[in-house]
Amino acid sequence: MQLAKVIGDVVVTRKDENLTGVTLLVLQPLAADGSHIGRTLVAVDAVGAGVGETVFFVRGKEASFPFSPTEVPTDAGIVGIVDHWDLG
Amino acid sequence: MILARIVGTVVATRKDPRLVSNKLMVARPMDPHGKPEGSYLVAVDTVDAGVGETVLIVSGSSARMAAGLKDCPVDAAIVGIVDTVDVAVGD
Repeated sequence: MQLAKVIGDVVVTRKDENLTGVTLLVLQPLAADGSHIGRTLVAVDAVGAGVGETVFFVRGKEASFPFSPTEVPTDAGIVGIVDHWDLG
Repeated sequence: MILARIVGTVVATRKDPRLVSNKLMVARPMDPHGKPEGSYLVAVDTVDAGVGETVLIVSGSSARMAAGLKDCPVDAAIVGIVDTVDVAVGD
């Protein structure tokens, strides 16, 4: 899983029927120091995150597991909202 | 998933039988502001997208979860046509 900041949202009317009712958010992955790292991506939201929040997300087929038994076609999904993180 | 713009189509007569009747498109990934990034890819279209449209592409094994692609040899599928992308100012 990776840390990321939610920087935006995506509106998609015509889509796979299993994406109906699913929120799509734009993520900017973060390094441990909070700086931006890597490319932005679009992820489904399983926890009610919003723009501006720091989250962690999972990549791969596992991103659809929170919506089981519906097979949501996604390769990235937000699974937690970060309160804070500390480096040892 | 990534945002991409459809820039072309692919015609392939000889192909895996499970790809028959699927529409193949050439897509250019882009950032949320519309700037192209990364290299082109071929994706199966499941939502009747057209050239010039901005779409949502799912990659890897998840692509097979798109409608009609169960057990198909694909690793990229177009699963939505994007209406708008809103990005917070400063990001």
